[in-house]
Amino acid sequence: MGLNLNLNFGEPGRRYARAYTPGDDFYEALIEMHRDLSDEQSVQANARLILLLANHIGDLSVLREAMAIARQDL
Amino acid sequence: MLSTYQYQKFEYRPPRELGSGTPVRHPVVVVGAGPVGLAAAIDLAQQNVPVLLLDDDDTVSVGSRGVCYAKRALEVLDRLGVGQPCVDKGVSWNVGRTFFRSEEVYSFNLLPQPDHHRPGMINLQQYYLEEFMVKRAQALPSLDLRFRNKVVSVRVGDDGVALQVETPDGTYPVEADWLIVADGARSSIRRMMGLEAEGKIFMDRFLIADVVMKADFPAERWFWFDPPFHPGQSVLLHHQADNVWRIDFQLGWDADPEEEKRPERVIPRIRAMLGEEHEFELEWVSVYTFQCRRMGKFRHGRALFVGDAAHQVSPFGARGANSGIQDTDNLIWKLRLVMEGRAPDRLLDTYSDERTYAADENLLNSTRSTDFITPKTKTSLAFRNAVLGLARHYPFARALVNSGRLSVPAILADSPLNTPDEAAFAGDMVPGSACDDSPMRAQVDHFWLLERLGNRFQLLVYVDKPGDVAQADALQALMSGPLPVDVILVTPAGGRSPHGFRVFEDYTGRFAERYDARPGSAWLIRPDQHVAARWRVVDAKRVRQALARATCNPE
Repeated sequence: MGLNLNLNFGEPGRRYARAYTPGDDFYEALIEMHRDLSDEQSVQANARLILLLANHIGDLSVLREAMAIARQDL
Repeated sequence: MLSTYQYQKFEYRPPRELGSGTPVRHPVVVVGAGPVGLAAAIDLAQQNVPVLLLDDDDTVSVGSRGVCYAKRALEVLDRLGVGQPCVDKGVSWNVGRTFFRSEEVYSFNLLPQPDHHRPGMINLQQYYLEEFMVKRAQALPSLDLRFRNKVVSVRVGDDGVALQVETPDGTYPVEADWLIVADGARSSIRRMMGLEAEGKIFMDRFLIADVVMKADFPAERWFWFDPPFHPGQSVLLHHQADNVWRIDFQLGWDADPEEEKRPERVIPRIRAMLGEEHEFELEWVSVYTFQCRRMGKFRHGRALFVGDAAHQVSPFGARGANSGIQDTDNLIWKLRLVMEGRAPDRLLDTYSDERTYAADENLLNSTRSTDFITPKTKTSLAFRNAVLGLARHYPFARALVNSGRLSVPAILADSPLNTPDEAAFAGDMVPGSACDDSPMRAQVDHFWLLERLGNRFQLLVYVDKPGDVAQADALQALMSGPLPVDVILVTPAGGRSPHGFRVFEDYTGRFAERYDARPGSAWLIRPDQHVAARWRVVDAKRVRQALARATCNPE
């Protein structure tokens, strides 16, 4: 299984009437995570978040694919 | 001021109560003749409930203000008899495009499904909507619409409401059994009652310019993040009737509203956006800020708050007027049943429960859009731009782009008025949802399902053939009594009912598809076209129980 680039947010067992809701739930939580943090603290929080998620994903081929996309066109 | 619209002054007539000193008691007084107050008054009057509608002004909304009217609001306006002129005059659109800097990153289509009467959204200047509604209101004998009648005091008691109303010829007292408060975001009734709407103000300013131009842009919603012609901010373009285009520029909190409204400032901004080749005329300019807030509850005894007086949202998503019109859709049938003694008073509490739930959904979605459109920190701006950058190539990021989640009806799935499902159904028509439309036929007569729903409880029974009705006698008995249920057979076959029921032929199969219908299935529909209950096997006793539940009556 390669990197999933389709919308993949949701909670098990929850039915969403509007397709955008789980993505918006995630995005709000992400912005909320940074509330009251300084810019430096936010950089640290983002770094930690990436490390935690990378470990959870684990599969290095998926991670390499994501890292390649993340660098593109900057 | 406006070159495309001629403002009509509505006639003020001195009220006959002036000078008599004795207040006349009205069953219902509605304060505020904007779209929401007009909707409430028309809904009551067309059901023969006498209603007095007071407005402090004598014209329609100045400037185009509200622009987008969504499918559900149009369906309510259809029920009120003003949907067609709105759709005829308005610009229908379904496609929205989103641009980041100079590239398109994402587009959506509001209504990918065929066979709906109304489009996903129309754009129409608010003054046209109000004009059509005033015309309808003035044609209703039970509706007394008084312009330049300003409520200057209000006292809400246990069994009624007392008002003082100021006119150019003096002040007079009015009494009412019920008061519907539709006097807008700065509701003076709310203030006089010492009530508040709580929430937050957004630290940003927006410039609205309505311009007249002949341009061959398609009828679509275009939204720019950080465009070259307005760097660092957002811009929205909408097409309205009469070749009027709405342009909305984000300005930032530090902008000076008076300075920004000057044509010398506005015209170069628009020219930068449209290019030199398009000639245009400025029609209306305004600078606004907005708040997201609502009252704790929308019912205070005999006073019922609707629309912006009860709740305010950011404009992103068109959830203001659309939700206000849905407030009245929810309220009026309940008020009528309570007034007629056919339902207990606490049915009106469910107006507040259901519509505060809907308001919270609107507030949540419009706040999220606002946070995406106007990031407040370096980090949120970085995420926002990362989403937009990825959206060009990757579907998951497109779904995160949030330039407004456009108004759709709240699904009142947790409402205590619903009867929970006992059997499995697929699809969206869960109890608490607004009914989906579908084409129907009866003999040679073609119509839309929603044109025949509303204003009373109805039971749709799906059958293979019109003769295949279980419990025909018991279902017929539902059609009489204090809370009659209008029973309609829906069938793929057409034909006549040997039991005398009305028959709708689902000749496209859309009803069966959208409602997940099987022979024997039935749906109890509320007077506001919401599903109250559904069954795989119709049973008159259960219908009566669900009807009692949907009206707060004892089962």
